[in-house]
Amino acid sequence: MNLTLKIWRQKNANDKGKMVDYQISDVSPDMSFLEMLDVLNESLVAKDDEPVAFDHDCREGICGMCSLYINGEAHGPDRGITTCQLHMRKFKDGDTIYIEPFRAKAFPVIKDLIVDRSSFDRIQHAGGFISVNTSGNTIDANAIPINKHDADDAFSAATCIGCGACVATCKNSSAMLFVGAKVSQFALLPQGQVEATDRVLNMVKQMDEEGFGNCTNTGACEVECPKGISLENIARMNQEYLKASLKG
Amino acid sequence: MSGILNSSIGRKFAMALSALFLMFFILQHFAINILSVFNPDTFNEVSHFMGTNPLVQYALQPVLIIGVIFHFVMGFVLEIKNRNARQISYAKNNGAANSSWMSRNMIWSGGFILVFLIIHFIDFWFPEINTKYILGDMSGRINPEDVTSAFRYHEELVHKFEPIWRVALYCLGFVFLALHLLHGFDSAFQSVGANNKYTKGLKGFGKFYAIVVPLGFIFIALFHHFSFSH
Repeated sequence: MNLTLKIWRQKNANDKGKMVDYQISDVSPDMSFLEMLDVLNESLVAKDDEPVAFDHDCREGICGMCSLYINGEAHGPDRGITTCQLHMRKFKDGDTIYIEPFRAKAFPVIKDLIVDRSSFDRIQHAGGFISVNTSGNTIDANAIPINKHDADDAFSAATCIGCGACVATCKNSSAMLFVGAKVSQFALLPQGQVEATDRVLNMVKQMDEEGFGNCTNTGACEVECPKGISLENIARMNQEYLKASLKG
Repeated sequence: MSGILNSSIGRKFAMALSALFLMFFILQHFAINILSVFNPDTFNEVSHFMGTNPLVQYALQPVLIIGVIFHFVMGFVLEIKNRNARQISYAKNNGAANSSWMSRNMIWSGGFILVFLIIHFIDFWFPEINTKYILGDMSGRINPEDVTSAFRYHEELVHKFEPIWRVALYCLGFVFLALHLLHGFDSAFQSVGANNKYTKGLKGFGKFYAIVVPLGFIFIALFHHFSFSH
């Protein structure tokens, strides 16, 4: 396949940045999207040009590092996948492909297509944890009976890999699907009850301080989430937040 | 509890509560207005009661006005905050791939509803307030001096829908109301944390409400226009 790529190039965080056109030929439909970018970068390096900087790590859809807003959608046109799982067979010969970084005030661009998602880490630090006795009297988690439905929902919420596709997709750059998943995974389990009140209040406070927008329930985040995190988690977080606010 | 309105979720919750209140009001407004088609006398009686009852006038009406103002002001405040959360737009964004047009354009449908509401207030509410509280006529009758005179409410309503341009304007306003409600109804329930086994049914009812109630208002406007011209 021969393709035209329109890629966001930005030297550093302070650079203004712009879209730059590249032509790439002989792309195999069996390549992953990131492999196609590797090939592009090889050709750029061969021409003494600066390669395109993009995030990636496991290339197995697990780590959440690869980002990219491809043709107007987070992780491209496919569903339930990260960019490393997107294959070039999803595109046609002669296509023009727009490749942009995840856009949000809380995700500033570091270089080209790489954004700083440490705002998610700070939200996690604010409350995305539980306290466990590790002094020798640790209770085996499997010894605590948990309702099957709750266990399934908690596990489903815990599959969030924190990739930020929800923020990138949301027209308001809201992080509520991410925070909702992180609040839910503990709110549904007995181990999460001790810090439940502080957790939701602190995580939401941190989320607001980071400059994420407000959720308007468009549902775009749920559609684009590579792990299928449900909007139910946002509703649960809203309930938890109201309960915590009334208590606190 | 303090500062709940300073948080994103608190604002979302307050927005949803005002929306639920306004949706209930719209239903009540529709229930009274439809009487003007099927039973003008009852419509007159109910209109007079609503227009002169102290509880409605001095307690419920101010709450409604506050609810309307809050919903619009908060809507615009949230829109500005949300736009600030993404300072550089995408060169290509395919919003239609993952969300409905209605959900992405609540600010526009809401803005048009605001324009419609201002026109509606100029047409009905301001003249009503003028008659009752400035001119001091609380009789509700066509001829205030004559106690046997008929109530004026149905008469006034029918005359208002005589010009076709006003009917067209109202129909357009109700189309925007339908578009706003098609997302707003179930969005309000999601915002207050109600996403459960009843959500599917609620969404279905929401679509029914969002289409049938504005269509009903359109029917009332058209009915009075055509019944007047004949």
